[in-house]
Amino acid sequence: MRRLGDFILLVAGIVVAWQGLHWLAGDVALTSPWRTLLRLGALMQSETFWGHVAETGRAFAAAVAISLAGGVGIGTLLGLSRTSAIVSEPVLLALYSLPKVTLYPLVLLCFGLGISAKIAFGAMHGLIPVAIFTMKAILQIKPVYWRTARALRLTPRQVALTVALPAVLPEVLSGARLGFSLSLLGVLIGEMFASKRGLGFLITNAMGLGDIATIMAVALFISVFAIAANAALLALERTVHR
Amino acid sequence: MTREGWIRLAVVAALVALLEALCRGGVIPRTVLLAPSDMAVSLWQILREGQHNTDIVSTFRNVALSSALSVTLGFALGVVIHALPRLRATIEPLLASYYAVPTFMFYPVFIVVFGVNAAAIIAIAVLLSIVAMVTSTLTGLDRIPAVLRKTARVYRMSFAKRALLIDLPAAAPHLFTGAKLAFAYAFIGVIASEFILSGQGVGYAIAYAYNNFDNRTMYGLMLLVILAAVTANTALDVIDRRLQTRLRR
Repeated sequence: MRRLGDFILLVAGIVVAWQGLHWLAGDVALTSPWRTLLRLGALMQSETFWGHVAETGRAFAAAVAISLAGGVGIGTLLGLSRTSAIVSEPVLLALYSLPKVTLYPLVLLCFGLGISAKIAFGAMHGLIPVAIFTMKAILQIKPVYWRTARALRLTPRQVALTVALPAVLPEVLSGARLGFSLSLLGVLIGEMFASKRGLGFLITNAMGLGDIATIMAVALFISVFAIAANAALLALERTVHR
Repeated sequence: MTREGWIRLAVVAALVALLEALCRGGVIPRTVLLAPSDMAVSLWQILREGQHNTDIVSTFRNVALSSALSVTLGFALGVVIHALPRLRATIEPLLASYYAVPTFMFYPVFIVVFGVNAAAIIAIAVLLSIVAMVTSTLTGLDRIPAVLRKTARVYRMSFAKRALLIDLPAAAPHLFTGAKLAFAYAFIGVIASEFILSGQGVGYAIAYAYNNFDNRTMYGLMLLVILAAVTANTALDVIDRRLQTRLRR
């Protein structure tokens, strides 16, 4: 109950701060919470808006799928030996903190303008954290687990399913959560730079028109989705940890 | 250098050589990717002729300004939040899910507020990086060993003395991690916003070259950004690791 109260307090605080900023900056710079909600309501009744949502959703779903499958695959391969993990970790970290936007033209030249470039760019953002977390999780499995598996004469398949998987799952889920948010960022930036469809395009298009209400409404829509998804993944992580 | 360090160097060198061979052999067409050696030559020419000097200076100035702002403001905010447990409990979910939201999509809002200039870029870069510093400050202050606080009391230190001689050095490794993250995020934020919409900066120059099919300039500048980011982040990471091992001692 206390946590629910805190949450309501937090939301109220954000709305008050937003309203205050709106009074400070004026209607041209920042629309009020109420007007943003009205604008979002109007957007949600139009068919074109849902077309953009579907486009972004498709690109995002594909990017997340590639990030998860590729990241877990790469992380597993690199985590199997201590040497390969030590060799690759700084490289992965360097790739993680690189401003990947600079590489977007390269992605566009490889994949052309279209949904595949967005997917590739989203996957570039999400894949690396998943790989790093998976690799670390495999490295940190306690040696006693392997010895127990050997003592029980488990087959490799049994080792993978009953020993390794449960041991790495919590860490991999943390990585997946990060990969999820970063893929979303990647897809949106891709749409903001070069696209004629999707929510990112909707934002840059509104920026060109100076239509601040639409920018805020779309940003609110994406924020609510991102926060809800993050909370759901966090809850999943907590149940696995137990 | 360690054995792993040599292997790492060899692997990276082999990958670059492979890319070079693929480009030279025509497997990857020149319209898609320049050979790494060509990128280096292009970067060298750009730096020597100095036609992008203003862009380079403005990008690095913006990165430096926004990381400095994030570190100072983030530290101050962290100290205040740490001192008020009730406030902290309330905004904890905000801090935890902050990086789940693609904050970058608020860049257009800053464009409308500040116009297309450095202020909008610095504002979004600070917004992206400040929370990393706030959370690191909170962790650092949380992890000050109780025994150090007790020692301070035994010595009857004043508040200022305790803060300066006990709290700050004890929290320093965590604060450094925060500063490292803040720098990395500020760098990403500045380059990304220049890339999407601005009139100056390396990110802008890359986008401009892309729109004009000027692959030579584009890849030369791309190499510059990659080299700068990797060098700076790796250097900060090495220092960070040293501080972390000191923490464990």
